[in-house]
Amino acid sequence: MAGADGDDSLYPIAVLIDELRNEDVQLRLNSIKKLSTIALALGVERTRTELLPFLTDTIYDEDEVLLALAEQLGNFTMLVGGPEYVHCLLPPLESLATVEETVVRDKAVESLRKISHEHSPVDLEVHFEPLVKRLASGDWFTSRTSACGLFSVCYPRVSSTVKAEIRQHFRTLCSDDTPMVRRAAASKLGEFAKVLELEYVKSDIISLFTALASDEQDSVRLLAVEACVSIATLLPQEDLESLVMPTLRQAAEDKSWRVRYMVADKFSELQKAVGPEITKNDLVPAFQNLLKDCEAEVRAAAANKVKEFCENLPEDSKETIIMTHILPCVKELVSDTNQHVKSALASVIMGLSTILGKDNTIEHLLPLFLAQLKDECPEVRLNIISNLDCVNEVIGIRQLSQSLLPAIVELAEDAKWRVRLAIIEYMPLLAGQLGVEFFDEKLNSLCMAWLVDHVYAIREAATCNLMKLVEKFGAEWAQNTIVPKVLGMANDPNYLHRMTTLFCINALSEACGQDITTKHMLPVVLKMSNDQVANVRFNVAKSLQKIGPVLDSNALQTEVKPVLEKLATDQDMDVKYFAQEAMSVLALA
Amino acid sequence: MSSAATTPPSVDKVDGFSRKSVRKAKQKRSQSSSQFRSQGKPIELTPLPLLKDVPALEQPELFLKKLQQCCTIFDFMDTLSDLKMKEYKRSTLNELVDYVTVSRGYLTEQAYPEVVRMVSHNIFRTLPPSDSNEFDPEEDEPTLEASWPHLQLVYEFFIRFLESQEFQPSIAKKYIDQKFVLQLLELFDSEDPRERDYLKTVLHRIYGKFLGLRAFIRKQINNIFLRFVYETEHFNGVAELLEILGSIINGFALPLKAEHKQFLVKVLIPLHTVRSLSLFHAQLAYCIVQFLEKDPALTEPVIRGLLKFWPKTCSQKEVMFLGELEEILDVIEPTQFVKIQEPLFKQISRCVSSPHFQVAERALYYWNNEYIMSLIEENSAMILPIMFASLYRISKEHWNPAIVALVYNVLKAFMEMNSLLFDELTASYKSERQREKKREKDREELWRKLEDLELKKGVQSDGIIPT
Repeated sequence: MAGADGDDSLYPIAVLIDELRNEDVQLRLNSIKKLSTIALALGVERTRTELLPFLTDTIYDEDEVLLALAEQLGNFTMLVGGPEYVHCLLPPLESLATVEETVVRDKAVESLRKISHEHSPVDLEVHFEPLVKRLASGDWFTSRTSACGLFSVCYPRVSSTVKAEIRQHFRTLCSDDTPMVRRAAASKLGEFAKVLELEYVKSDIISLFTALASDEQDSVRLLAVEACVSIATLLPQEDLESLVMPTLRQAAEDKSWRVRYMVADKFSELQKAVGPEITKNDLVPAFQNLLKDCEAEVRAAAANKVKEFCENLPEDSKETIIMTHILPCVKELVSDTNQHVKSALASVIMGLSTILGKDNTIEHLLPLFLAQLKDECPEVRLNIISNLDCVNEVIGIRQLSQSLLPAIVELAEDAKWRVRLAIIEYMPLLAGQLGVEFFDEKLNSLCMAWLVDHVYAIREAATCNLMKLVEKFGAEWAQNTIVPKVLGMANDPNYLHRMTTLFCINALSEACGQDITTKHMLPVVLKMSNDQVANVRFNVAKSLQKIGPVLDSNALQTEVKPVLEKLATDQDMDVKYFAQEAMSVLALA
Repeated sequence: MSSAATTPPSVDKVDGFSRKSVRKAKQKRSQSSSQFRSQGKPIELTPLPLLKDVPALEQPELFLKKLQQCCTIFDFMDTLSDLKMKEYKRSTLNELVDYVTVSRGYLTEQAYPEVVRMVSHNIFRTLPPSDSNEFDPEEDEPTLEASWPHLQLVYEFFIRFLESQEFQPSIAKKYIDQKFVLQLLELFDSEDPRERDYLKTVLHRIYGKFLGLRAFIRKQINNIFLRFVYETEHFNGVAELLEILGSIINGFALPLKAEHKQFLVKVLIPLHTVRSLSLFHAQLAYCIVQFLEKDPALTEPVIRGLLKFWPKTCSQKEVMFLGELEEILDVIEPTQFVKIQEPLFKQISRCVSSPHFQVAERALYYWNNEYIMSLIEENSAMILPIMFASLYRISKEHWNPAIVALVYNVLKAFMEMNSLLFDELTASYKSERQREKKREKDREELWRKLEDLELKKGVQSDGIIPT
């Protein structure tokens, strides 16, 4: 696309460069974001010889501008003449990779990684690898941190001598005396290990991993935990015990909660990486400890993993391990002092029932579910309710209904509208599982009460909920139970409630079908066209437009059309507008 | 580092309507070390006789024993456990504090490792996670350290020890080493302001007495700040560390080492970008001004740095920047002023026309500063044209009458300074505006053409024949 050269006279470089130097940062930023356009105007040759040197020389600007520049240059390969010339982009990106601001540097590294793939193997050794080396031995920590992210992209495609050098550089950075660099190296350790030959993983990576995992700074140690996952995946099973496990055991009992948190957070990945035997012998006790950790943050992270951990336990001993080792800890967590812990547990605990089967669920889990349903924290209750379907499959929801109802009622009336909103969203699911009788008896009144909530979002959700209920229970049920109540609100003194009637009709007409809509709903809508409040009137127009397709043409012509015509001459602008719109959509105009 | 704040957002935090005041209704929180795991067993310490009750000869030995006893750590979250023993440790610590203050000849060589061991056991601990994710130090109550009744005395004891006349750094440096300092610095992240205050004194004493650790301490503070600025934006003790640095900078020898200049430009200036700047801005500005008083040649890089990081959207920070800039201008040398006046006054001109009246007002107050006024007057030929357009425009259209009044004064001052130039600028104001509009149009035209070109080339390369 950048084949032809630009026209000199039309786009002198000076004018373009002036744009890149504009005093106003915003304008400068705009120009940089359109750097590809400028390059296109200049053509590939002048981009290489004039634009890039200019950019390289003038890199002192606001970080926002530099960020945009770093990003642009990652997509510049074609604009400088294709892969053959891609190395021209290295000098400006190298400078950008050394600036202080992390987001700029990260973007520069990202772009460098991107264009590294466009280098030929020769160019990679001649141009790219020397850049990595320069960065790796830079004076200020920023260039060294950037270097950490570049080793893995060039390693696979260079000669074995260069490979040895790269490994050496990486080793050096892992023991750098600034913690920022060690953190960068630790965070790239896993990625780098993946591109190394297995012998070097064993000889080099393991010792680096061990050293980083016992760094004096916890911020470095916790990154080593992440690397542990990739490293364990790379090693053959028989080496794991001696090469990885001592470090992992130590991390699980680290004195810093941040490291333990990381172990808990990565537990499922670790479990998969080390395999069933080590899981049984080592991870089970480690997991128990994390569930009992003295820091709530750690317990919550571990609680989040309970289901996944149990699911992935080896088949032969799954049930025994859960029943004897995990469940006792879970029982304690149910009455934890910290609400985040309880709520994390509540979001996964129901999943255990599918693993443990009907009898165990009834005997051991059900009491826990019930306890959590009565928890003082609404989030815990909500998390239980939102996962009811897992239990339903195993033991049916009836077992819970006695405790479920008070919990639902309380959430339905919670002072926080987001809590109310959340419980509304589970209503259709609950209705389906509890059955129509139970619903009519206990929950119907709640659903109707939400329609007059003082928060709009709740009224809106309540409307949508009714529609889903009708889809579930059928039109006849709707006609007997909810339609009369909805239509009754059309006479409410509060105009917001009157509008709710219209919104409900919009939502329900299709599910209820032509008969109910024409006979029961339409007359109410038409009558409301005389409402005092303009908002109600234009919503009548909108409703008519919405329910029009459900009506037959006779009703449209004889009943809807005259009303819309009247509304189209309303004194209120909005009413007129929506009436006209409805007429044209329904082809009544 | 991302792990600290990853508990799922609770419902009440998601609700945009929950007010801070409601949240704050919770009782004052306190917390203790994250490491503590209750042993479940009551702790027993055998009471020892008072130091003053034994012969002088036996005192050093008893002193060591008491230090060892004080290594026992109690669980203060459980307010009912080990009450007697907690009280015993408290009184022992009190006794130790008095003892190191008044006694002579107690500091045997064997005592040093024991003192450091006792202090380390008590104060070095992993700080627990912060209770609220978005802890706002200006609004929220800090979480107080539960074990403070003991901890305070340990700090008190350690400071008396360091300040004692018998204290010999040459012996102590074997025990108060880099590792010790590193752990000490990490404690500055404590949420408890009382603890940070003690730490400040401790670190200051160590910096004063251990010459061999000075470079190391500075470097580690560097690292803490860089991490704070570029990685976490969270560290509770920034103000305290800056306060110590303020006096360290004060003591720097001239000419300044490159290392120190680098610290100024690459660490102190970027600290201005942090969101919570207001919590340590006074200390930071003090450090900056200290540097400039040492070496005026640093003025230009400092001001350019501030201009580079000038806040774009946060008016409160802008006001702070303006305040700091005035402090700098108060000590600026006229030769330095000339070097940066152009970019500086372009920024001031933007501030003056800020729709936020506090920003505009703060900038206009510069004209009440006699020294700054004299600098402006000397360079009015340069500054007046930069400022004129903004001032003229605000005098006509700023919404706030107080600002308009201030601007009139400034315009009047300019008129008196250089009436000839002032008249010229007034006369050319309109044509200048028109020229600006023209330039704007030309720019748009240029970009339109460029985009046409891109479109055309794009079409060509796609191989689609334009119709």
